Amino acid sequence: MDRPIRVLVAKPGLDGHDRGAKVIARALRDAGMEVIYTGLRQTPEQIVSAAIQEDVDVVAMSILSGAHNHLFPKVVELMKEEGADDVLIIGGGVIPDDDIPGLKEAGVAELFTPGTPTTDVIDFIKTNLKR
Amino acid sequence: MFDKEKLDQMQNSRKNWEENTLGKALSKFPERQEEFQTGSGDEIQRLYSPEDIKDIDYNQDIGYPGQYPFTRGAQPTMYRGRLWTMRMYAGFATAEESNKRYKYLIEQGSKGLSVAFDLPTQIGYDSDHSLSAGEVGKVGVAIDSLADMEILFDGIPLDKVSTSMTINAPASVLLAMYIAVAEKQGVSSDKLRGTIQNDILKEYIARGTYIFPTEPSMRLITDIFEYCSKDVPLWNTISISGYHIREAGSTAAQEVGFTLADGIAYVEAAIKAGLDVDSFAPRLSFFFNAHNDLLEEVSKYRAARRLWAKIMKERFGAKKEASMRLKFHTQTGGSTLTAQQPDNNIVRVAIQTLAAVLGGTQSLHTNSKDEALALPTEDSVRIALRTQQIVAYESGVTNTVDPLAGSYYIEAKTKQIEEEAMKYIEKIDEVGGAPRAIDVGYIQQEIMDAAYNYQREVESNQRIVVGMNKFKTEEEPPADLLKVDPAVEELQKNKLIELRAKRDNEAVSQKLEALRKACEGDENVMPYILDAVRAYGTLGEICGVMREVFGEYQQSVRI
Amino acid sequence: MKLAERLLDGDRRACARLISMVENNDKEAIEIIKELYKHTGNAHVIGITGPPGGGKSTLTDKLAKALRKENKKVGIIAVDPTSPFTGGSILGDRVRMSDLALDSGVFIRSMGTRGHLGGLSKATQGAVKVLDIFGCDYIFIETVGVGQSEVDIVKTADTVVLIMVPGLGDDIQAIKAGTMEIGDIFAVNKSDLFGAPKTATEIKMMLDMNPNMERKPPVLQVIATKNEGMDNLVDEIKKHMSYMQEANKLQKRRESNAKTEIIKLAEEEIISLILRKNETMGLLDDIAKGVAMREIDPYSARDKILDSIKDITI
Repeated sequence: MDRPIRVLVAKPGLDGHDRGAKVIARALRDAGMEVIYTGLRQTPEQIVSAAIQEDVDVVAMSILSGAHNHLFPKVVELMKEEGADDVLIIGGGVIPDDDIPGLKEAGVAELFTPGTPTTDVIDFIKTNLKR
Repeated sequence: MFDKEKLDQMQNSRKNWEENTLGKALSKFPERQEEFQTGSGDEIQRLYSPEDIKDIDYNQDIGYPGQYPFTRGAQPTMYRGRLWTMRMYAGFATAEESNKRYKYLIEQGSKGLSVAFDLPTQIGYDSDHSLSAGEVGKVGVAIDSLADMEILFDGIPLDKVSTSMTINAPASVLLAMYIAVAEKQGVSSDKLRGTIQNDILKEYIARGTYIFPTEPSMRLITDIFEYCSKDVPLWNTISISGYHIREAGSTAAQEVGFTLADGIAYVEAAIKAGLDVDSFAPRLSFFFNAHNDLLEEVSKYRAARRLWAKIMKERFGAKKEASMRLKFHTQTGGSTLTAQQPDNNIVRVAIQTLAAVLGGTQSLHTNSKDEALALPTEDSVRIALRTQQIVAYESGVTNTVDPLAGSYYIEAKTKQIEEEAMKYIEKIDEVGGAPRAIDVGYIQQEIMDAAYNYQREVESNQRIVVGMNKFKTEEEPPADLLKVDPAVEELQKNKLIELRAKRDNEAVSQKLEALRKACEGDENVMPYILDAVRAYGTLGEICGVMREVFGEYQQSVRI
Repeated sequence: MKLAERLLDGDRRACARLISMVENNDKEAIEIIKELYKHTGNAHVIGITGPPGGGKSTLTDKLAKALRKENKKVGIIAVDPTSPFTGGSILGDRVRMSDLALDSGVFIRSMGTRGHLGGLSKATQGAVKVLDIFGCDYIFIETVGVGQSEVDIVKTADTVVLIMVPGLGDDIQAIKAGTMEIGDIFAVNKSDLFGAPKTATEIKMMLDMNPNMERKPPVLQVIATKNEGMDNLVDEIKKHMSYMQEANKLQKRRESNAKTEIIKLAEEEIISLILRKNETMGLLDDIAKGVAMREIDPYSARDKILDSIKDITI
């Protein structure tokens, strides 16, 4: 592919710990991707609107507050409503193993928990792009 | 520290050692690495000797505990007099459940309470706000009004405990609620002891739970300083926090430099607001992180104490010794915990506990082993508390004051961190002070550079994290994690409906209008907030009025 | 429905996809723009430029909000640098425009420069056309803002707002670097900072030194974060447009910009033809070898290369 992969890196919910999101943003940039960073406290609606306008290939979200079960599926649902189901949606943060199957079923392609090397995220994106 | 002749002798014997003993050893057994680094990535020498501390003057730079420049500790007898306060940060779900946890902790020997609030509370939204969806009661207790606060401290006499509240942007409101609960218990505000975090600058830098722009935020802080200096004199009005700066990925020296730069900004704001430095400075307190590099961390605390003492004395002309004495709370480093083999975290926390104690902390929260996975269970919180108790009662490090002083390495490292931190402060002064440096993203970018560096070192195995990138094992996911009942959100919402039906809504509107006027003018807003709280105005309503007057902060985008 | 129709219809996904296609040099996108070019020219294109840390995104955010009150449709293109080493980039301008994300009358697009110098990306002009067809009344282009050689923007915008901030220490240098000519309006942002009036005065003095100026650009003091002075700035932006229209300057400026654009497009096409030809025939490699070995001079080589592509139809 001769065009850069475009990724929206978003922090849904209210938690302000953006170290992970920023580290991922830098790592994806260094892997040659165009990263659109949205900043803190994004509602699912804001994230989806940004993803549509930016025509991204991937939406990557990070949550540390425990609100993932509410917010991740909401983003997937809204993306589907917009007809944007060709966008890969992934999540990261403090996410208990128990919650992962449910989130995957809801349409989050993969979940990355603490300690995941950024290279794993990059590889996952490259092999699972939908377009 | 040594006379010339002694130094010459030492240099000669060192040369001799290097040529003969060391040289021989190295040629047979080369060292494991070409270069060794501290936890913060600073190069570290093979050996430290008197030469490394020859420029240090004992009386001037190290001195005695409880005395300027406080390098050796804030009090003269330290833990021989009184152990540090074992203060476990806790709070989740509803006020009822948190209240139970506090009573349990007090039974287990905890001496002070430390309240964790959920994110909507920290950002000034009620539980029924649309942005609160999914967040209510998750990372702490949900407090919407005085009614919740009454339940939170039910059966806990507020003149007997000291309470630390991790609250920043709406600190004035939560403090007002605490004062109002005390009133109901018949405890006057001059008996209240505790701390509010109230450190907005590090929210902009690292923690992200800000509400208002810098200017009105600084005003709220100085209003609290002024109000408390008269009405709540035993209260620590701010906990200037390096903890989150370190969690965001900074080095040890950056933690000290950026935190003290924030401290300088608060002192300047208060002086500008007309307060006398010695009237509020003794109530300033600090909050630092404890990471795994034991000796670097001990040096860090010592450096912070010395540097702050000098700043208060030389830069601000403080007269009281209490204004120059840096007291601090410590929390073990959440970001050092691994989700892999979580039991190993107990060991990390033990090392970090030692660091904080050898560094002379005034209070300590120890993290639980499961915090990289979820909120801690009661069992894991108990182990974390026991870790402190073992260090306190069994390790022996509490029996003498500042036992590591005089170590060539510790003293050299203390000095190096102090100097490096001072360089950051000078740089921030050049930019125009901490608020400006945050506004242009300088501080955030420095921290991110360090964080990204660290990440790359871990991923390239230059830096070993046991269980994560080395010594890995197949493991079953841990079973007994704490889950917050999602019904909490509904429960809080119903409580709000009830409250709004029961209270005198006319009175609430009046108090909120009075608060609005005060915000628009330049009176101290604390009495108005207290009035609104007493009338059962909700946190969201009170912060809502302030949002309308003050506007909201926009974060800097430097990544 | 076809992409072209959807775009005309104001479909956001179609707009977004077309901008991507333009960025990726997609032939279909160019065909669509050709087809719909008659629908462009209605938007007022405004360049927002100035040094880093000047508050360009916040200012753009506030301007967009002011125009939304008049129910105008607003497009925003925010350009950030692409790393020359990895080809990646972090585009962070949306952070300052968070609450515009939910406004259906605003379309924000972040672009990496992707190797292009001059403050914009190669595809920025194409993206402006897409947003124009999409129906935007105002299109803001926020440049990279490295503080120098932000020259592209003049050739793309109808109005250029040059942002300065007091106390960055580089205001005078920016003036020296010759960026003064590009500003149609000067906005001294963060005017609550010490030194703002001085910066404004300095700019006015500099402008006074230019005797050939037909219109003296206004110098405003604003505080974007507090939304102070924004209505003034919007007025000045509109006034500049009226002035251009009345003095018949708009037509001239757009003509001149079109000329630059045509030359640039032609240049790109010629280069791409040469490279494509080289891919199949290896002609460029051969001639380059010849030039290096002093068998042929570069001028004759040029003639030979141009000759080789003259029969190709585009």
